[in-house]
This record gives sequence, C-alpha cells and structure tokens, in this order.
Amino acid sequence: MTATADKAAVETVTLTIDGQEVTVPKGTLIIRAAEQIGVEIPRFCDHPALKPAGACRQCLVDVASPGPDGNLRAFPKPQASCTMAVTEGMVVNTQHTSEEADRAQKGVMELLLINHPLDCPVCDKGGECPLQNQAMSHGHSETRFVDVKRIFEKPLPLSSEILLDRERCVLCQRCTRFSKEIAGDAFIDLQNRGAMQQIGTFNENVLDFDGYTPAAPAAEDESGRAFSSYYSGNTVQICPVGALTSAAYRFRSRPFDLVSSPGISEHDSSGSAIRTDHRRGKILRRLADNDPVVNEDWITDKDRFAFSWQNLSDRLERPLVRKDGELVEASWPEAIAAAAAGLKAARDGKGVGVLPGGRVTLEDAYAYGKFARVALGTNDIDHRTRLASAEEQAFLGSTVAASGLGVTFADLEKAPSVLMVGFEPEDEGGVVFLRLRKSLGKQKVFTAAPFLSRGAEKLAASLLPVAPGGEAALLDGLDGDAVEALSAEGAVIIVGERLAATPGALTAAASLATRTGARLAWIPRRAGERGAVEAGTLPGLLPGGRAATDATARAGVAEAWGVDSLPSTEGRDAAAIIAAASAGDLDALVVGGVTASDVTGLADAVANAGFVVSLEVRRSDVAEQADVVLPVAPPSEKAGTFVNWEGRLRSFATAIATDALSDYRVLDILARELGADLHAGTIAEINGELAALGAAPAPQRPAVPAAKAPKAPKKGDVVLASWHQLIDEGALQDGEPYLAGTGRATVARVSKATAKAAGFSEGAITVTGATGESISVPAVITDMVDGVVWLPTKSPGSWVAQELGVAPGTVVTVKGGA
Amino acid sequence: MSDADETWEVNRARDGKDETFESNLPKKGPLGQAFAPVAGFGITLRNFFKPTVTEQYPRVKTPPMPRYHGRHQLNRYADGLEKCIGCELCAWACPADAIYVEADSNTPDNQVSPGERYGRVYQINYLRCIFCGLCIEACPTRALTMTNEYELAGPTREGLIYEKQDLLAPLEEGMLQAPHPMVPGTTDGDYYRGDVTEVVKEQLEWVRTNRPDEPTLPENAALAAEEAR
Ligand code: SF4
Ligand code: SF4
Ligand code: SF4
Ligand code: FES
Repeated sequence: MTATADKAAVETVTLTIDGQEVTVPKGTLIIRAAEQIGVEIPRFCDHPALKPAGACRQCLVDVASPGPDGNLRAFPKPQASCTMAVTEGMVVNTQHTSEEADRAQKGVMELLLINHPLDCPVCDKGGECPLQNQAMSHGHSETRFVDVKRIFEKPLPLSSEILLDRERCVLCQRCTRFSKEIAGDAFIDLQNRGAMQQIGTFNENVLDFDGYTPAAPAAEDESGRAFSSYYSGNTVQICPVGALTSAAYRFRSRPFDLVSSPGISEHDSSGSAIRTDHRRGKILRRLADNDPVVNEDWITDKDRFAFSWQNLSDRLERPLVRKDGELVEASWPEAIAAAAAGLKAARDGKGVGVLPGGRVTLEDAYAYGKFARVALGTNDIDHRTRLASAEEQAFLGSTVAASGLGVTFADLEKAPSVLMVGFEPEDEGGVVFLRLRKSLGKQKVFTAAPFLSRGAEKLAASLLPVAPGGEAALLDGLDGDAVEALSAEGAVIIVGERLAATPGALTAAASLATRTGARLAWIPRRAGERGAVEAGTLPGLLPGGRAATDATARAGVAEAWGVDSLPSTEGRDAAAIIAAASAGDLDALVVGGVTASDVTGLADAVANAGFVVSLEVRRSDVAEQADVVLPVAPPSEKAGTFVNWEGRLRSFATAIATDALSDYRVLDILARELGADLHAGTIAEINGELAALGAAPAPQRPAVPAAKAPKAPKKGDVVLASWHQLIDEGALQDGEPYLAGTGRATVARVSKATAKAAGFSEGAITVTGATGESISVPAVITDMVDGVVWLPTKSPGSWVAQELGVAPGTVVTVKGGA
Repeated sequence: MSDADETWEVNRARDGKDETFESNLPKKGPLGQAFAPVAGFGITLRNFFKPTVTEQYPRVKTPPMPRYHGRHQLNRYADGLEKCIGCELCAWACPADAIYVEADSNTPDNQVSPGERYGRVYQINYLRCIFCGLCIEACPTRALTMTNEYELAGPTREGLIYEKQDLLAPLEEGMLQAPHPMVPGTTDGDYYRGDVTEVVKEQLEWVRTNRPDEPTLPENAALAAEEAR
C-alpha cells in the first residue's frame, strides 16, 4: 500500500467488520480492511503484491451492503473477501461472528483437503504451512472422505531447482500469477479441468521463448518444457503449501531448527533484503525479506540460492604462507609478519598495487583505500577489475560519489520513460528489472543494445540498436521519440558499468541528461561497486568524491587521517596495475575478492608479481598463486554495509558468528605491522571517520569528463559484445548445481548478415580474439546489429576473459563451425 | 554452641518469655525409654527373617517390565528398508532436545526408506534423554520405538550420543540391508500398511549388481557368519 500518498486527498469509506467500525481508503479489499483491525481471515491465494484472483475461496465472509434505498441488503451467499472492495456502510461478518461464514470456510477447507495427500512428515512446508495452520484453526478435525485420493507422480521438476508436487497444490495460482504479472515469465500455467486441474509448464516454442532454454534438462510434464526464470524461487516462497519446493532446500530442515537472520544480498548492486536461515552455523536457505523501498517482496534466484560458495571444501580457515614454493598453514602472527615484510620491501622498491575487487562492503573498501594510501603510500588502487576508464573515474567522482540518495527504485517505477545504456535489466539489474516491469504499459522504455534481450523484451522496450563502441555517437545523435520521452518530468537514464568501455559514452549520457532534463542513474553489477566509489578505492578518488589530484582535498583527508600527507603521484587503474605487475613494474600486489578467470591478464600479473598477498574466503585461483593468503569472512559471517546503486546504505549484521575476520580488521592489523595505524579496527570507527569526512565540496571533485567518441569500426569487422548473464559460472555461484541448471543455455548471437559473412548457418560458431585464442559455442541467429557477435561473459563454455583474452568492444573473427 | 542454638537464644530473649515445646511423637513408656538406645537393632533383627531383595547386577541381569522405556530403536520394514523418513517430528516432540535429525532425498541409487525422504543423520543424546517416550508417540511411521535396554552409561560424552547405526534395529532373518529399491509396484503407503512382507527377487538382483559382497544376501550368509565368528 502506498502510505506515502497524499493523505488529505484519499477518499475513505467507513464500514463495520465484526461489529467494529473501521475507516479505510476507498478501494481497499475487505480482507485488508479486516487486517487493519486485527481480524484475521484465512486465505491462500490472496497476496498483497499480486492482483486479487479469488481462486481458493478460503476467505469467504458474510457481507451486507446498503442498497439504493439505503436499507442493508445481505448477499445471498458468503463472498470472497480478497476480491471485494469495501463500500460505504458495508457490514461484514467473518467467521468470528457469522456461523454461515464459518461453515462456508470449513466447507472450503474440507474440499481442499479431499485430494490433499497430507504427507506433512515428508513435506518441506511442514511446520510453516498455512494449510496446516488454517486446517487446525478453521477446519474440521475429522475427515469424512473415505475414497481413494487423486494421485500424481511426484515430484515433478519444473526446472533443476523448482520441484512441483501437484498433489499438494491448492490451485491458488499465486505461482502462475507471480510468473505472469511480476516476472513476465509465463512458463507455468493452469492446465486441465476439474479434479485433474494442475499447474504445469508449457512448450516454450509455443510461447515464443526460442533460444532461452534452460542449461540443464528438466523433466517434462504432459505438454511442457522447463521453467527457466531468474525469479522462479519466489514462487516457492509464496506457495502457501508444499507444492512448490526447491531442490536445494529439499528435506534439509524444519522451521524450528532454523535461526533466521536478516541480511543484505551480496550478489548485485540492488542491496535486496534477505533472510538467512541457518542451523548449527550452516546456511540452509535464503528467503526474500520484505523491504518496500528496495526489493519489495522479491529477490532473484541468485540472491536466494547462491550461498554455498562460502562453505565449499576450499574455504580458508587459517592463513597460508608460501614456504619452499608450497602454501602451508601458518598462525596469524606469522602470516601477518610475512605479509608485512614482503609489502615493506615492495613499498620501498617499485611499489604495491591494490585490487580490492567489486564485492567489498563500504567498510572494507574504506580500509583498502586507507591501507593503500597510508600504509603503502600509493595511489595504485582500483576496485574496478572489469572494463573501466579514466573517463568513468571522472564520471564517478563528479556525479556519483557522495551524491547521496539519487534516483531510487520508486523513481524508476514512477518514471514516465527510461533509457538503458550499457545495462541489461534482467542480467545485470536483478530486482531493478522487476521494478521496471511493475510499470509495464505505463512507462516508455528504450534500450541501447546490439539486440533486444529477453529482459528488455519483457519490458516492452524499444531497441536503439547499437554496436559496442557506438553508444557515444548514438547518445549524442539521439533525437525523435526517445528524446521527447526523456524530456518528460521524472524520466531516467540508466547507465551500466559496461558503458565505461566506450570512450565518450558516459560523457554523452551526462550531456543527454542535461539536454533532456532526465535524471541519471549509474547501476553497476556487483554489490560493492557503489560503496567502493564512496570509500575512494579508485586511483584518482579519495573518500567522499575528493579528487586525489587536488592538493586541498589531499590535505583535508591527510588531516582527518592524522598523517602528514597522502601520495600525490598519479595512481594506476586496475588494468594498468595488472599490466605493471605482469611487466615487473610493480613489486607486489594486494588482491581482495577477485577471481583471476574474470579478469584478463590477472593470472599473469599474480604469477609475475614478486610478492602477492591475497585476502580471500576461499582458495581461489589468485590465492593459489599468492605468497601470503589471509582468510577473510564471507558476508554472512560479518557485519557491514553495502551501498546499493541508489546510494542507500544497506547495513547488515553478522548472521553467523564465527571467528573469521572482515577485510578491514585484517588490513588494520597488517597496517600496524607496516607501521601505520588505520584506525579501522571496528565498523564504528570507520563509519565515524566516513561521516566526519563527508562529501567533497565541488572544487575538490574531479572534473566532469569530456571524452571523445571513438571511430566506428571498419566495415566488415565484427565486434564482440558481451555481458554476464545473471546465472552463470561466477565464483559466488559455485557449488549450486540446481541453480546452475536454471541458467540460460550458452549461445552466441549473430545477425543473419554477420552469420552469412562468417559462413554460419547452423550449429556452432567460433569466435577468435586478437591473441588467437577462441571460443566455440552453439549460435543463434538473432535480429540484431550487423557486425557484432554476442557471447555471455562467464557462462559454461564461454569464459570470455579467460578463454578469449580480449575485452568486449574489440574486433574479433567469427567463423561458422566449431 | 551451634548457629541454631544461638538463634534459639536470641528468639527467646526477644520474646522475653520462656517457651516450652512438645514433641509430636508418641510418648514412650519407661521400658521404651530404657531400651531406646538399642531399639534400632530390632529392625536389623526383623529383616533377618524376610526374603532377600538384593539384585546381583551386573552378574545377573533382571529384565525390566515389558513397557519399560529404555534405549530407542529405529525399526525396519520386512524387506530391510528403514522406517524412518527423517521427518524430525520426534525431535520436535522431544522436551529435552535430545534428538537431532537431518533428512535427505531417496534416489534410485540410494533408496534407504520407502518414499521420497529418509533420515540421513539420526542422533539421540542419552545425556539429555529423559525417557518420556513423547518421540515414540510423535513418530508417524512407527519407526521409533523403545527397547528395554537400560545400560546407558559410559565414560565419555561422545559415546552417549548414539548415532543412527547404533539405534537401527538389527537385520532379522530374510531382511536385506538398505539401500535397495522398494518392492516394484508398491508405494510408501503399502509399506506403512504392512503389505510388504518379504524381500522380492528384483531387490535381490539390484543388490547383487550393486553390492555383490553384501553380507545380507542369502548366498553370502555363510561367509558372513564365518566372519562374524
Ligand atoms: S502442504 Fe502443508 S498440509 Fe500439505 S502436506 Fe505439506 S505441510 Fe502438510
Ligand atoms: S503450486 Fe502453490 S502457488 Fe501454485 S497454484 Fe499450487 S498451491 Fe498455489
Ligand atoms: S524416527 Fe519417526 S518421528 Fe523421528 S524422524 Fe524418523 S520417522 Fe520422523
Ligand atoms: S484468499 Fe480469497 S479466494 Fe483465495
């Protein structure tokens, strides 16, 4: 409910429920009005975030309302309170005051239970089941049904993750309504009639889902295929019975075993509220928490199911130190001493580069930034282990950092028009997509991309076709419909982190925003990006958006930090740090949560750098090559803050208390050994310093970028386009085969003309980068820009950074065949 | 002077008057008073002539009453499949939180109990168990019952946390060690109703192919007996 709406303007209605008078806004449903005075009406299909359906009939109540003559006239039969809106003078009697309503509810319950297997002992919902509870509170205690119950084969896997038990289904259609209304993935629907009515999947070819088949085979029902949606886990959470369950949580525990801790998802920049359920220190499941301003009731499947990565067998428990070429376990003091000795030598030599990675919390990022500048005396720090540019840094420093709460989820929902550039709503936005889709039909959506992705298609977006590298020119030359739409009050331009790859594109986006009056929102992919920008883990950026090149800004920060001065040499960005380390121009690296296979050249850099300290949760490919590995806590075992793309602080407390240390603690200890005091021992200390520093005054910020658009590629050249699919082989999705199975199958995409030029008609396609390495995957001919080949960035068989070794936006060769 | 006497004095002084107390016990006559110091031997004397009740435990073990609440047992169906489905209802019912269960899915390769679910981890902590039997009442499959075994003491704490293998009923004659498939064409309901009465050849075949050395296979019985000896 929108409680923020102007109160005075709301028309109200007064009615009587169970003899109690209540005044509610016009249009309120009876069931909601009853909730407001604490009268609980049993229900299954009603869900506040879904449109009323009246499917289960459990919420029947007696209703009388004044007729035209003003006399109270009762409805002849009990009415479903979840579909009927209140009217003035209405009199409602629920099961508490009306025998008729009570009898009706008991009757419905009896009918629901006729074919219900009542196998609660083997049902995952047992103990938290609305059907169990309501059968106890509003049902008969004895059954009169003596015949054989209807039997279905069970469970029926809708996908590798979602299992359907049709015997338990009460046909409330919450799942199908969610899939259709909210996610737009109408993979499941009601089938058949009468006693055989059931939920099932449909053939995706019929429903036009061509090319988006799930990665792993799932069983088929009579008519259908598998359920392949990024949001399918939400159906499990809202199913009021144990009909929909997840393979990951199947038979794992009972609600009374679980300790629930609120948290924030570490998987994307939305900062979705989650609930972590754990038993004896082991996470068993994660659920969406309701947060009306951010994720409402929903999270992505990645938020929900990808948590086992932190407890795999390669989890680090003790520090490791390399001795005689082997990594061996060491005590903390020994490891810290070893790390400090190596870093001290490097600091006095050619220097140290710091790569914190994009998954850090605000506090960790702050500690990394301060560690680099105070303990290592360098500006060589960059969390952007992805495509990045100096232009992006200027953009982040001038427009994003310390700008507070900018465009919000609510603004996205209300925006009359939205332009997305370098941003895929479903793959890179997660719940951002759901918010945008909420305004489907009320909002004009434009997307600048090489083709209309499935997510954009579900938003009914208009495609502004553009090859990677052409975004700047496109934005500069934009006119017509799009500009008109963006000129409307409240319009939003969303720029993704990928836009950094095109010189001039962020400049063009900013100028388009000025030109049209639209607001600009930068939505990165990883959870720590925005916090890291705020904390200043960029070579040219200090906390609060201060330019590291500005002497006043430096002096201010130095004073706040209690040091004489901050390094004034220009820092290297991530790519330059990696190049320098590979070439031997840097003596050491400090690497946070970065996976080498995600970043071209990092493996070389780590191998060639004289000394590498890795702060990791697991024995990652970087840790494996490091000289000292310091184990740090995964998000569920520490407290901290993610700053989401809105600029909202999303603080979370420790869900599971272990003795694992957060990065900031480790850096604080390490800095002391290096002779510097970071004052970053606790979250309170860090937040105190951050607050005291505050936002930079305008003159101390980097200048707004002004970069030129690149030249268009030669005709006939094929450019690589790529982005991460939401469910892929990212390190944070390891150890979750059921989730992986719901990811989209790896395909390359080319246009008809490009395919023809490459001699491809069917089957596989081979993409070769400038280094001569190649990827061969099945290809799909897509209606898209010519001269572009699209590959998923880290899906099975298509690890672009590692296997191809070239970045998106570069020219590649494409050939038909494997 | 003991503390109690002191209190006594104080109270008396405070009340400011002498008090007399009288015993509730019946007054003894003069003879009784004379023999009072040795009266206790009378009890000893009397018991010389009564039947002996001394138990020669542990040399001689007396069976307790048939419904005595002793160590738990996890029962099996006639074909050797386990009855426990890992529902955790016993753990839920336990007022002493002595039971710990973790369930898992039965798969075609690993069918431990009939149906979809089985108890993978099952522990009873006998340092906590109060032998109330509420778990037995809760169990929906009658997997959990109590035996008459009462010798539940030991030198270590770990030793008193009984695991599933310590609690499982021994395989009786004709039973086949789980995991193996259910009797073809049956459901968990048929098992529950007692319609499965013996191992069938499909099950034997499955075990022969997958675990040829299984000691509970009839052809391995002699070997197993030898080994046991
Ligand atoms: S859905 Fe609820 S009532 Fe039905 S079997 Fe599961 S726990 Fe029992
Ligand atoms: S599967 Fe669950 S959510 Fe879907 S209709 Fe059945 S009971 Fe409702
Ligand atoms: S012993 Fe019985 S109550 Fe306990 S988990 Fe097994 S089946 Fe459930
Ligand atoms: S809750 Fe009203 S009909 Fe289902």
